[in-house]
Amino acid sequence: MSARIPIDTPAHPPTYQDRVVTAFTAAAVFWAIVGMAAGVYVAAELVWPNLSFEQPWLSFGRLRTVHTNVVLFGFGVSALIGTSFYSVQRTSHTPLFAPRLSWFVFIAWQLTIVLGGWSLLAGWNGGKEYAELEWPFDIAITVVWLCYAVVFFGTIAKRKIAPIYISNWFYGALIIVIAMLHIVNNLAMPATLGKAYSLYPGAQDAIVQWWYGHNAVGFLLTGGFLGMLYYFLPKQAEQPIWSYRLSIVAFWAFVYSYIWAGPHHLHYNAIPEWVQSLAVVMSLILLAPSWATMINGVMTVANAWQKLRTDPALKFIVLALAFYGLATFEGPMMAIRSVNVMSHFTEWTIGHVHSGALGWNALITFGTFYYLVPRLAGRPLASVRLANAHFWLALAGTMLYILSMWAAGVSQSLLWLTLDEHGEVKYSFVEVMRAIAPYYLLRLLGGVLFLTGAVLMAYNLLKTFEGVRTVAARVPAVDAAPQVA
Amino acid sequence: MLRLHQALERNTGLLIFGILVVSSIGGLVQVLPSIVDDSLSTPSANVVPHTPLELVGRDVYIRESCSTCHSQQVRPLLAEVKRYGQYAGSGEFAYERPFLWGSKRTGPDLLRVGGKYTDAWHRVHMTDPRAVVPASIMPAYPWLAELPADDGTVVARLNALRKLGHPYSDADIEGAPATLSGKTELDGVIAYLQSLGKFAPQESAPDAHGGH
Repeated sequence: MSARIPIDTPAHPPTYQDRVVTAFTAAAVFWAIVGMAAGVYVAAELVWPNLSFEQPWLSFGRLRTVHTNVVLFGFGVSALIGTSFYSVQRTSHTPLFAPRLSWFVFIAWQLTIVLGGWSLLAGWNGGKEYAELEWPFDIAITVVWLCYAVVFFGTIAKRKIAPIYISNWFYGALIIVIAMLHIVNNLAMPATLGKAYSLYPGAQDAIVQWWYGHNAVGFLLTGGFLGMLYYFLPKQAEQPIWSYRLSIVAFWAFVYSYIWAGPHHLHYNAIPEWVQSLAVVMSLILLAPSWATMINGVMTVANAWQKLRTDPALKFIVLALAFYGLATFEGPMMAIRSVNVMSHFTEWTIGHVHSGALGWNALITFGTFYYLVPRLAGRPLASVRLANAHFWLALAGTMLYILSMWAAGVSQSLLWLTLDEHGEVKYSFVEVMRAIAPYYLLRLLGGVLFLTGAVLMAYNLLKTFEGVRTVAARVPAVDAAPQVA
Repeated sequence: MLRLHQALERNTGLLIFGILVVSSIGGLVQVLPSIVDDSLSTPSANVVPHTPLELVGRDVYIRESCSTCHSQQVRPLLAEVKRYGQYAGSGEFAYERPFLWGSKRTGPDLLRVGGKYTDAWHRVHMTDPRAVVPASIMPAYPWLAELPADDGTVVARLNALRKLGHPYSDADIEGAPATLSGKTELDGVIAYLQSLGKFAPQESAPDAHGGH
């Protein structure tokens, strides 16, 4: 029989493009430390306000903006792009499409974070939360993001396996929806190089902004990191996803329902009531796909619990899953208007955000890096003990952070809303500030613990990589690929 | 259903298209009608655009990210109206780009702060907050008093806003640099803060939004 020559078995099978993954991983670790250090500093300023030393760039408003932008776009997005480049190659059994473009994405993105961070310190600020970068940066971000989309979807398009694996849907939704949100929300009329005015006035600007703001959380901090979960959790647990069908249902329900929930950030604000009510209903519905994914993840580890005793990477990922469940339950509860009356404008919101950002996003990224870096370096992790120490520091830091902010937030709202026997407000604003001051100190301590853990990780990963040049991971032959019916 | 999904998960273009369609529905039903709803962008009867000095102050307020800690949104709750004043209506924000409602009150709400303190109080408070409020945790902003209000871009800024529909006349724009001469950024911020609240809806005026 004249043998059909397999197309993909040349003498030297192609290798995966992993150096760009390494670069993104290193950048993510670097930005994690810079961004978290900025967070710790602004937390300290709320305890000792003179720490701004009357310097514009050290003042709370500017530095807090740098904190949020660096952790979101420096740490978070670098981690997402890096891990998506790693997993899309392996789930598609093919090297990256347009590898040079992937390096352009790396360099241009890091340059945007460096220059963008500097512009925020210098006071260039569009004024919309989590979209503060001014219009030249908005254009740069759009261009880099489109290049990212080309590399990612190009790789999927030339895959050697028929089905597109579930992690790639989540990364794909991240790329598509963030592009849509970013472009629509940042439409503005430039006045100078560093100043533009939003296309939308007042109340409409508020609705567009929180459609963006909430879904940046939804598709970047939730969806993107679920992509990470769906690849790295089964890998580290060495178990297949518990229910592929559940993941399909949860994915589409998630993509459909998240988008509606934004106006719950504007309860009792000057926007139409029907918009608020719709957001409440959809926020509650959102609990179903969120928890479906959590259950899917927990059941995937169900046959590998014994690994949790010894495997720091899996410990981080499973703890992240628990915080994911907590934050995605708390969110819909806070979207109910009668709860929101209490939580809005208070530290509770800050606690909620950090139960997601520290407990879910940072922990799953740390776990993923403890899995990834030894593989990129081709040798075991330098110190498992140090990784375990990091685990407990991260858990203690997160708990201290969110518990103190819950206590502070509930105190604030109860005291703010209390009326005396004459029907007047009972506590002045300053009295309420005094009541929550101790919690600011506890939160600072939580942040310091969390940052210390991240520094240990950076050292550990650096040690793991010390002296390593490159490790080439071969693309497996096509016929070894499992065909999902 | 299963067959449809097999098509989706085997075709890159179809998957992209599917995500785009499914994720757009919420925005099309909820956000788009709000953007084209004129009642949300129509100024209330007494609302006028900011003067050049107030605009300079507002842009400094944005530059220093004041809205990180100060909201400008009084909700229709008894305790909140008692503390801050008349609750917000959408019509008073028709010339607010971007909106500055905020999401957090590390410091108090400022929507109705205009006229509550003297200019002199604000001057001391911005330069050294703890001189007037010992428990304050606000940063000091001494550099505002040293920077001129006019950095040479006020005409460009007013023109950009006019293109967006803010009714500034030619005379308003041409005369803007003159009205800023001798003023500092601190003067601008104080003028802006003192202007906050003057557009409060009248108690008797019918207000379609935010009312209960």
